[in-house]
Amino acid sequence: MPVPRPWPRRLVESEAARPLILIVVIFVLWDMVIRLFRIPPYLIPTPLSVAGMLVTEWPRLLREGLITGYATLGGFALSILLGIPIAMLIAYSRLVESYVYPLLVFSQSIPKIAIAPLFVVWFGFGIFPKVISAFLLGFFPVVVATVMGFKSMEPEMIDLARSMRASRWQMFMKFSLPQALPSIFSGLKVSATLAVVGAVVGEFVGSNSGIGYLLQIANGNFDLPLMFAALFVLSMMGVLLFGVVELAEKLMIPWHQSRRGDAVGLAV
Amino acid sequence: MAESATGGAGVAAPAALIRVRGVAKTYRAAEGDVQSLLPLDFDIRQGEFLSVVGPSGCGKSTLLKLIAGLLPVSHGVIDIAGQQVDGPAPGIGIVFQNHVLLAWRTVLQNVMLQIEVRKLPRESGLEHARKLIDMVGLNGFENKFPWQLSGGMQQRASICRALVHDPAILLMDEPFGALDAMTREKMNLELQRIWAAARKTVLLITHSIPESIFLSDRVLVMTERPGAIAAIYDVALPRPRTLAMMGSPEFARLAQTIRGHFYSQGTLDH
Repeated sequence: MPVPRPWPRRLVESEAARPLILIVVIFVLWDMVIRLFRIPPYLIPTPLSVAGMLVTEWPRLLREGLITGYATLGGFALSILLGIPIAMLIAYSRLVESYVYPLLVFSQSIPKIAIAPLFVVWFGFGIFPKVISAFLLGFFPVVVATVMGFKSMEPEMIDLARSMRASRWQMFMKFSLPQALPSIFSGLKVSATLAVVGAVVGEFVGSNSGIGYLLQIANGNFDLPLMFAALFVLSMMGVLLFGVVELAEKLMIPWHQSRRGDAVGLAV
Repeated sequence: MAESATGGAGVAAPAALIRVRGVAKTYRAAEGDVQSLLPLDFDIRQGEFLSVVGPSGCGKSTLLKLIAGLLPVSHGVIDIAGQQVDGPAPGIGIVFQNHVLLAWRTVLQNVMLQIEVRKLPRESGLEHARKLIDMVGLNGFENKFPWQLSGGMQQRASICRALVHDPAILLMDEPFGALDAMTREKMNLELQRIWAAARKTVLLITHSIPESIFLSDRVLVMTERPGAIAAIYDVALPRPRTLAMMGSPEFARLAQTIRGHFYSQGTLDH
């Protein structure tokens, strides 16, 4: 006779609930540490005051969050639109690789915060410098992962395609691209979270709107609950974008190893 | 570039479909040129099953790639039905060492890849694909993905892919090397059946002496690197062959003779 499992057990075993449970545990620990060590609220706010701030300041957080969100999406879209073609050129041409790749790595070593003010000088206070900043952070992981994806084709598979007398276009569409997709998606996931960071960096150095701007104001006023609430909104944005990329991955490459547990597994 | 018909080995038999004349292969490496194949001369006849056995690294896979047109020859000429090979020829199907089935395609889609890429008519291709899948005993698995199949089934699917465009020639590069011994014997029986039904000209690269004898009309034995032809043996066993024949004295004698080539060279290829 199967005994129905008690609900706490079922809750712990549900995969969707696990991160939420961990968050609850962290919140409780956070609260306990503050009480135990008598940490003053100007150093670390209590979870409750942050939650309160989230509720009372929600319209403002949402407004500023959307602004940061647009910049993030813009930068992320640019990372995809420029990153994937550039990566393909690098993967397919030795010449392009030898010219561009070292320079690309070199450019990544420049701290973005250091050059972000430059974008304000060049492009003013609008959304544009933020988009550029988000793009600069999100771009590199897409390129690296895509190059790897296109280069990881087995020699035997190339022989197979050649034995079928595949044209370059067929080689790309039927072999290389599907083969590279899993790798491209892992790059996109890293890029999605970095684009959020990039947008905020852009807002830090020169902007009068967005979560980054709000963070600076809160910081200036020692308004720690607002700051934490803004950080929370920012994290949620990263999670959301990551989730969208994962959903796209699930739909586009249901055949991949990492997906075999769920999507295709049902067909077995 | 057609050579006169008298230039061959002079065996009175069906016409040679594949002619290999003075074919050698040299690889350019950092430390200088590496000779992979010494000049080779042999024919593969229409409808023949020819195996090439030799120690690891003797260049037998290179030989297959040369005939497939996947590698250029350094010297000599290969022609197929009188046409000089200079690139992948249309009437060839290849089974590789690994199944190289595309992970994002089902068995049927993987077989149909050959039809799609070659832009052959889809209807008749589909019909032939289903027939082949049926012949190799994969019916019921058409819509499974490669990772849902066993190693033997994967290789059967890749044999279907190599045959679906009805090529005159089937080239196989150690196709069963990755399979366990029992599956391998089963696949050998299967391949014999397929060959008997489809009547292709087959070149099989293998390092299993029993496998080469069991399946072939002739066995070409290669020397150690740089590869050359040590000997070519006719296999006189009647067809269809059974696994029990592997225990016959004729079989054992031939296996012993072929094995002798490798012992005398001081190598022992498993």
